[in-house]
Amino acid sequence: MTTIDTTLGATAVDRTPARVAPVPLTRVVRVELRKMFDTRVGFWLMASLVILGVVATIGTILFAPDEELTHNTFAAAIGFPMTIVLPIIAILSITGEWSQRTGLTTFTLVPHRGRVLLAKTLSAVVVGVAAMLVALVVGVVGNVAGTAITGTELIWDLSAAQFGTIVIGSLLCLLTGTMLGMVIRSSPGALVVYFVMTLVLPTVFGILATSQPDFVDVQPWVDAELARSFLFEGPPQGEQWAQVAVTAALWLVLPALLGLRLIMRSEVK
Amino acid sequence: MITIDNLTKKYGHTLAVDEVSFVAQPGRVTGFLGPNGAGKSTSMRMMVGLTKPTSGSATVAGRPFADLPNPGIEVGVMLDASAQHAGRTGREILTIAQQLTGVAARRVDEMLDLVSLTPAEADRRVGNYSLGMRQRLGIGTALIGNPRVLILDEPANGLDPAGIRWMRDLLREFADDGGTVLLSSHLLREVEIVADDIVMIGGGRIVCQGSKADLLRGVGSVVRATDQRALRGALHASGFETALSDDGAVATDVEPALVGQVALRAGVALTELRAAESGLEDMFLQLTADTQRDGTRHGKRNQKRNQKRDQESERKAA
Repeated sequence: MTTIDTTLGATAVDRTPARVAPVPLTRVVRVELRKMFDTRVGFWLMASLVILGVVATIGTILFAPDEELTHNTFAAAIGFPMTIVLPIIAILSITGEWSQRTGLTTFTLVPHRGRVLLAKTLSAVVVGVAAMLVALVVGVVGNVAGTAITGTELIWDLSAAQFGTIVIGSLLCLLTGTMLGMVIRSSPGALVVYFVMTLVLPTVFGILATSQPDFVDVQPWVDAELARSFLFEGPPQGEQWAQVAVTAALWLVLPALLGLRLIMRSEVK
Repeated sequence: MITIDNLTKKYGHTLAVDEVSFVAQPGRVTGFLGPNGAGKSTSMRMMVGLTKPTSGSATVAGRPFADLPNPGIEVGVMLDASAQHAGRTGREILTIAQQLTGVAARRVDEMLDLVSLTPAEADRRVGNYSLGMRQRLGIGTALIGNPRVLILDEPANGLDPAGIRWMRDLLREFADDGGTVLLSSHLLREVEIVADDIVMIGGGRIVCQGSKADLLRGVGSVVRATDQRALRGALHASGFETALSDDGAVATDVEPALVGQVALRAGVALTELRAAESGLEDMFLQLTADTQRDGTRHGKRNQKRNQKRDQESERKAA
């Protein structure tokens, strides 16, 4: 029992509880980042990002028409799988606290749920931005290698402004995952709703637009997927920015506030 | 120190916790006892801010839990050893707690050592852990910040006898160093051995509380003598009831010290004298009898004894 003597008893005397420093937010963010990738699921999601990036690059070199082997094509090919995988990472980061019940530990070590959620949101943004930078670099490598292999001209057609809007678009996708995690708080449930939102909803809006001519004007104001595509297809113009903002408020900010309220009031069991 | 003041939780019309008040003192192990569904876990969740009380309050180390700047280094909490991500390794779970509390990285290895998880076990995913290993890991997580207060919900669950002995020694040592321990359990024997103070809860209400020594006073004795008849006669003459148990011993409601005096005065040589073995268990069953799930056979059999003791404990509680 000597272990207990040294580890438990050591600080019984020299401890001054009055001067305890609060847990800084940066520390919570760092731990939340770690928690995104330290599970088996997290590891494979991370691995799938890399694998999909490489596959997309090779696929582009093999199958894209030679004249389209440009930096933009490569960046888009790599960015697309990321917009699918990143929200899943964001969802699981939040729902795990409930589905895996780790919240019992997390929310007792940091007894302010808003702070934990802020840290999770920030760490999701960090991962998103990092992934986009990786996509940019892989795009550069792919473009240089691809054009060298096919012997076509090297074209740099991705402007800084365009890259910026792509990053914003990806972050909106990513934060949709964060929002769903907060509202639903169950891994399977949130994943199902996520796929409904990204796959089924745009189709429904598309059908509506073709069958109801009046809806065409309304669609960009309510269809988040459509509004986001303005961001991915080059810097949006005037009204399109407003449409991005309105759809983000409708599909992201409002439900996220509702989810936050639910989490603040709910019981952690 | 943990101070609970009129803690109440209502779910719709159901009163899960009903005006629970008690204090867990430093240097003592406080056992929080009650049958399943009595409100132990709900009370503990309210103490650490995971459940919002309907009314009442709880403070840990003098402050509401949410006001603790870095709770992990002041209060060690383990509410459910199974509430861990199955895909993380034991070492990773300790590392997360170590980083979040900001204590030295070597604490991870120290805790693994303390809870006797081998390096190989620590690198396995928790999904493959037995309940006993999860309990050990949970204790390690609770202790990593070197706190002065421990709040543990059913820590002995799933531990083997050696593990239970280990846990008991650890909690004893922690309290002897001046720490505060609050542990809930339905494993009465465990609590009976390790606890200094006992809070019994049934149907959301405290049914009795006090130091173990006080509560166990008056649970009765088991006594044997070379001349059983003389012994029983002497006890009857002093106004005490006795009964002959199946194995030939004399059972009585009187506490051992008093039996000894009676026997001395009567000149009866005793061969055995001890407190009734199942003291706490008996008390537990009778006090929580109306809140027990599966019948009160035991409670009814002892009803006569119980009434007397109920009155006694009510007097104590008041």
